Amino acid sequence: MRNAIQRLLPHPYLTLLLAVVWILLQAEFTPGMAVFGLIIGIVIPIGTARWWPDRPQRLSGWRMFLYCLLVMWDIIVANVQVAWIVLTKSNDRMRPAWIVIPLDLRTPEAIAILASTITLTPGTVSADLSDSGRFLLVHALDASDPDAVRDDIKNRYERRLMEIFR
Amino acid sequence: MTLQLIATLAIAILLVIGLIFSFVAALGLLKLNDAMMRLHAPTKAGTLGTGAFLLASMIHSYAFGAGSLHELLILAFLFATAPASANFMARVNMHKRECSPPPTLPGDEMWSTLNVPEEDREIEEMQT
Repeated sequence: MRNAIQRLLPHPYLTLLLAVVWILLQAEFTPGMAVFGLIIGIVIPIGTARWWPDRPQRLSGWRMFLYCLLVMWDIIVANVQVAWIVLTKSNDRMRPAWIVIPLDLRTPEAIAILASTITLTPGTVSADLSDSGRFLLVHALDASDPDAVRDDIKNRYERRLMEIFR
Repeated sequence: MTLQLIATLAIAILLVIGLIFSFVAALGLLKLNDAMMRLHAPTKAGTLGTGAFLLASMIHSYAFGAGSLHELLILAFLFATAPASANFMARVNMHKRECSPPPTLPGDEMWSTLNVPEEDREIEEMQT
């Protein structure tokens, strides 16, 4: 039974996401469209399952949701901070810096989410990954203390992502 | 009637917020010093500025006509794709050596953008 469910839904979150996106794409909600969305959500993951053999299996959906809320809040706060820096600080007094973040995360998906989070929270842009994928290069617009930024990213985002991708 | 008034006010405030952040982003693009720093400006407009505009559009559609949630999709796709394009621009900057060199790594590890395969080294040197 468990096997059958796993074969029908190799990627339950993707199924849900595709169905929701399909329903949102329609101008108005009709039951027929919802059913069609579900069919799409079931067929596409089965058809594409062979392209992600090593996908993370156990994800914590609730923690993921909390993480999204945290990131949204941080985007708003950081936007205001950086807008203030751009408007009030002269270019000479800005301290752009490269920051190297040693990664504890190993899953490619988790590293991609961390890199995207770093870019979306303004003031930092993730630029590159080392060959082995163990270091992340981040550029900060104005960091008088690069080590503090590194510790902040590690404690705030990476620790939470470690809990999501166990 | 009062509900529509509140909605109008909310839309106006959100539009002003979006305008301010888009303006700051454009200003940053003009003001900042090097390519790496200028990259920080559009990531701001892409997040909070556009977010405020889309929220205003969503409130408008619910208050004055058929509600629509398409804006949520726009926002989701934008949030998923904006970091990728920013990352590409950062890599081009590193590749063309238009920014200060990044710190070196311990051991013989290298940043993958700077690690040019042996057979491409000649082309790389010709370009720089």
